[in-house]
Amino acid sequence: MQLYTRRRLSNYLVVALSLGATAFGLLFLVLVLGTLLVNGVGALSLTLVTQATPPPGSAGGLMNAIFGSLAMTVIATLVGTPTGILAGTFLAEYAHGSRLGEFVRFINDILLSAPSIIIGLFVYAILVVPMGHFSAWAGSVALAIIMIPVIVRTTEDMLTLVPNALREAAAALGSPKWKIIVMVTYRSAVQGMLTGVLLAVARISGETAPLLFTALNNQFWSTNLNAPMANLPVVIFQFAMSPYADWQSLAWAGALLITATILILNIGARLFASWSGLQK
Amino acid sequence: MSVSLAMRTPMPPEEPVESGPVAVDNPLPVKVQIKNVGFRYGKFEALKGVSLPLYDRRVTAFIGPSGCGKSTLLRILNRIYELYPGHVATGEVLVDGQNILSPGMDLNVVRAKIGMVFQKPTPFPMSIHDNIAFGIRLYERLPKSELDDRVESALRRAALWDEVRDKLRQSGLSLSGGQQQRLCIARAIAVQPEILLLDEPASALDPISTQRIEELIAELKSDYCIAIVTHNMQQAARSSDHTAFMYLGELVEFDETERIFTVPREKRTEDYITGRFG
Repeated sequence: MQLYTRRRLSNYLVVALSLGATAFGLLFLVLVLGTLLVNGVGALSLTLVTQATPPPGSAGGLMNAIFGSLAMTVIATLVGTPTGILAGTFLAEYAHGSRLGEFVRFINDILLSAPSIIIGLFVYAILVVPMGHFSAWAGSVALAIIMIPVIVRTTEDMLTLVPNALREAAAALGSPKWKIIVMVTYRSAVQGMLTGVLLAVARISGETAPLLFTALNNQFWSTNLNAPMANLPVVIFQFAMSPYADWQSLAWAGALLITATILILNIGARLFASWSGLQK
Repeated sequence: MSVSLAMRTPMPPEEPVESGPVAVDNPLPVKVQIKNVGFRYGKFEALKGVSLPLYDRRVTAFIGPSGCGKSTLLRILNRIYELYPGHVATGEVLVDGQNILSPGMDLNVVRAKIGMVFQKPTPFPMSIHDNIAFGIRLYERLPKSELDDRVESALRRAALWDEVRDKLRQSGLSLSGGQQQRLCIARAIAVQPEILLLDEPASALDPISTQRIEELIAELKSDYCIAIVTHNMQQAARSSDHTAFMYLGELVEFDETERIFTVPREKRTEDYITGRFG
């Protein structure tokens, strides 16, 4: 009986500690989201999406920054998704235990954990300097470079989860390898792979450092990809640090927009995963 | 059950187990001649010089304890082992007199001729119809109506048509385990192979599904040369014409199933089928 009591007590202790740690972690998340909501909701208005960023002291919105973020994210996704998926496919399907595969995987892991400011600097050096000016193209490239290792990793992981028996079954019918991958392996892993893409999009939608070095900012409405382009993270950075109250409130609104977008992307990824899981 | 009836008959002193047709009195057409086949990966020698024939329109069962090489042998017969680097097979496998292990053989032709069904059902993540059509489309471009006919006849042949005729557009994964396995058999025969390799096709299934698969094997026997690996000795006794007993990568005994289960020549065979080891 005494042993039982002791075990029960230590069990309570562990549960209490775990709950405490969870609460401690969640507290800050709740505080962040709470502050964002309190300050951001008040700043929301229709002019956010109808007017460009204003000079200090006059009314304006975030239209140019929202467009810039969308445009660069879309371009980065269009570049990063096929690249990442193909590289992940190489690792999972073709590079079994090969030296090259090990090497690529290692490099990818490094890239995965590389600070984004370094990627910004890199793109600054190879694109912005030769071109002589900041541009949305450079911003898109930087974002794509951040995206690719995430997609490579999730693609490889998801493809590795597909049972070999399925590949063997397709091969036993006489199917060539590329057809096995496209028709059978991809289909089995598609929900995990797309979830990975969505999470990668969420990851880049809040990146600031690489854009500071590449797309910079633009206080006017501009759709020229060859010129500096406004984007939410850099606008938030600039406006939040400013002494003007109206800029600060726009920064709050922008922060809320980004957070909401990431939240929606994450929920979307989950819904998508469970929805296609049900299709089975 | 016949297994427990195995009797030991006095045998002449050890004779080397020679392969080749043992049942001499009624020469059956040999579809596959396995000649001195060996297999290794890394340093491990999984098969050591196995030779035996597989007869056309007959079922040959491979029995033996886990790791004896019976599945490995089956995986050599359609060269599926080649998916994994470092796996090396030696010897000859003559299908209609042609060595399919020779490097010059067209793999797709080999695999079109030799269908395989695996232990766990492996429906592809697509509709029931497309599961069957997948294999057909690899070899033929058929107009839709003809393709549908082929799908239907494969499903009928695999005794699945009546259960799925109204849901051909549903995912193959929505079927029960036994149905999935019959779907896989249908998929294999849809490409019109001549040989069917079944690697423990019923070991993941419930008794009723198992029975249906066995009935199906008996059905299919009239058209194909069938090789089946099984852990279940009653299954081997029930559904095969010839049985090969393998142990530690060697073929210990090959004979008509009835003889293997009643008058095995080898002590090891008898010990195994009476459950004394393995």
